[in-house]
Amino acid sequence: MAETTGHGLIRHGGRKLSDYFVFNTDHKVIGIQYMVMSFIFFIFGGLLAMAIRAELAQPGTQFVSGSAYNQLFTIHGTVMIFLWIIPMFAGLANYVIPLQIGAEDMAFPKLNALSFWLLPPGALLLLISFYVGGAESGWTAYAPLSLQTGSGQTLWAISLQFVGFSSIFSALNFLVTIFNMRAVGMTLGRLPLMAWAIVATAIIQILGTPVLSGALFMLIFSRVLGTNFFSASAGGDPLMWQNLFWFYSHPAVYIMILPGFGIISEVLPVFSRKPIFGYKLIAISSLSIGIFGFLVWAHHMFTSGMDPLLRIPFMITSMIIAVPTGVKIFSWLATIWGGKLRFTTAMMFALGFISMFLIGGLSGIFLASVPIDIHVQDTYFVVAHLHYVLFGGSVLALYAGVYYWYPKITGRMLNEKLGQLHFWLNFIGFNLTFLPQHTLGLDGMPRRVADYAPEFAALNLVSTIGAMLLAFSTLPFILNALLSLKRGAAAGKNPWRALGLEWTLSSPPPVHNFPVPPEVDADPYGYGERVAPVLEAGR
Amino acid sequence: MSQTTSAQHSSSTGLDSAKLGMWIFLATEVMLFSSLIGAFLQMKGRSPADAHQVLNVPITAVNTFILIVSSTTVVLALESIMKGDKRRLKLFLGATLALGATFLGVQVFEYTQLILHEGFTPSGSLFGGGFYTVTGFHGFHVFIGLLWVTGLLRQALQEKFSATNYSRIEIFGLYWHFVDVVWILLFTIIYLI
Repeated sequence: MAETTGHGLIRHGGRKLSDYFVFNTDHKVIGIQYMVMSFIFFIFGGLLAMAIRAELAQPGTQFVSGSAYNQLFTIHGTVMIFLWIIPMFAGLANYVIPLQIGAEDMAFPKLNALSFWLLPPGALLLLISFYVGGAESGWTAYAPLSLQTGSGQTLWAISLQFVGFSSIFSALNFLVTIFNMRAVGMTLGRLPLMAWAIVATAIIQILGTPVLSGALFMLIFSRVLGTNFFSASAGGDPLMWQNLFWFYSHPAVYIMILPGFGIISEVLPVFSRKPIFGYKLIAISSLSIGIFGFLVWAHHMFTSGMDPLLRIPFMITSMIIAVPTGVKIFSWLATIWGGKLRFTTAMMFALGFISMFLIGGLSGIFLASVPIDIHVQDTYFVVAHLHYVLFGGSVLALYAGVYYWYPKITGRMLNEKLGQLHFWLNFIGFNLTFLPQHTLGLDGMPRRVADYAPEFAALNLVSTIGAMLLAFSTLPFILNALLSLKRGAAAGKNPWRALGLEWTLSSPPPVHNFPVPPEVDADPYGYGERVAPVLEAGR
Repeated sequence: MSQTTSAQHSSSTGLDSAKLGMWIFLATEVMLFSSLIGAFLQMKGRSPADAHQVLNVPITAVNTFILIVSSTTVVLALESIMKGDKRRLKLFLGATLALGATFLGVQVFEYTQLILHEGFTPSGSLFGGGFYTVTGFHGFHVFIGLLWVTGLLRQALQEKFSATNYSRIEIFGLYWHFVDVVWILLFTIIYLI
């Protein structure tokens, strides 16, 4: 990479290894900082999951106490959501978006660096909470339980404030960047779908995250100063926590999946050699998911004592939100239909995403239905559903994105054989882990309990074996990502023969991205059209 | 936030990036205060009808007036520098700082009176918890605004602003007016209704 400017702890550009450990204002460095750090937390959160599955391999309690088990699933959920999926997408988008829209950096580079550097202190507080003990309320932190747990719960809440502010500032930055920093000719109608997905995500983060901040402040004040917002015994309202929490945390599900939709919309056309089907519908459906996402939150609260009459409107809105999602699924299928498919690892993960996310989406419609939800509330059916969405959806999409853009980021190709091995182990391990949990949930196995009735033993053992395989499947990826840094084949500018501005630059791109300000005069998805061979040959 | 690369990169929408960023930031602030005000109203609904009678309305009414005047001085500061009048810019930024500090001082006085003499505490009642949370957050925003305007005053004294370079004053103005508007809302909801 080209020269680094600045000295000491504030720099711009990544030349030396040490440039990645300071307050660096280059969006590409920040992107890598985000991605590497979140991947480390993915491993950490995964190890916590292994501890959970080890405990659940057999009925009875073997390894951990009930209290330790509570902390395991609380920190597992929190880490995976707030320190892996959300910042990992932020990192990938940080790297890719300015390149895709033809900008030299994000709109506010210092704020961008600050957004990243808010994460390490937040993460540290979360880890300390383990030593203090007491963050036992699950990632949902329902009151009054979250008011009664040990002092680690306070650290947990403060930690989420750091992460939340990081998320708000980065969303602000993405919105201004995407609207204001586009290259000449990059009209909104030519904006890559990844950018549209990030716009929708950022809108949710802007409108939703501050409400979580507000709720967390109230929780912290209640624990530290003795305010009684959520304690029924003092006349407060425990349901208010749930309303505020889910007002953010249901839309947060879309924060965790919309960027994945964006990645899939980038990957499928390239490896199908066909234009994306329904560009406008995909962009509009992202935005409408962003808006409708705010109208469904109480479907998490059907059994919590909310007004029964209100359940029906929330059931209806929750089902309606499946429509824009369905629009995307069909657009993707139409995109690959009749295409010249290349089954690269990125493509395999994208196809895996569509099938697995579909299962997660369908079980979501089950859960939106009031009578079914009442039956399976807080059972493993919910656990299975959310993992099909957040692992089968978000994580597979992230892997697709990493395999797709790794050559651009590092200048080296990943090994395809190790990639395919990674995909298949991951895919099988994932289904082995979570498919049986649907049955367990329908049969009534409650979640968030360290022990279970003996009749659930067989399927739990299957699930644990699957989880171990899933954990093991990460090894070929880590090996691949590390070895390919030095030994991978040179990627060149455009190894996938992809359209889109990022592929006109060297790999990795120069510090200030575009040596000459780019001008855009074509659709980013014109694969297989008359103009495309010319463009492809030119690159 | 005033440091942007938009100087080298013409804005695609024609809007100034820093100003657009500030508006988006204010949208997040609207959501934060909505959650806090919503919670306050919920707490108020569960409190005795006379819970707010412990509050001193006349002093706070004067304080509200002081904050409104400080919004006016920001407008005058911006108007002055747009005409290139650096002397009046300093004067009005100084006035904004003084008025804002007075508001915060009165709020601190109000808090001490309430806690020490009336026994009205955050943990003592639902109304108290809501009151201190929401007014405390507003006070914190005033405090941040005071730090900000101090920085601007310092830059003004170093003659950093001119008739063509005033966007930092404008952006601060957006924030300060927001803080002012929130207070008018809070004063109405908490003290008057």
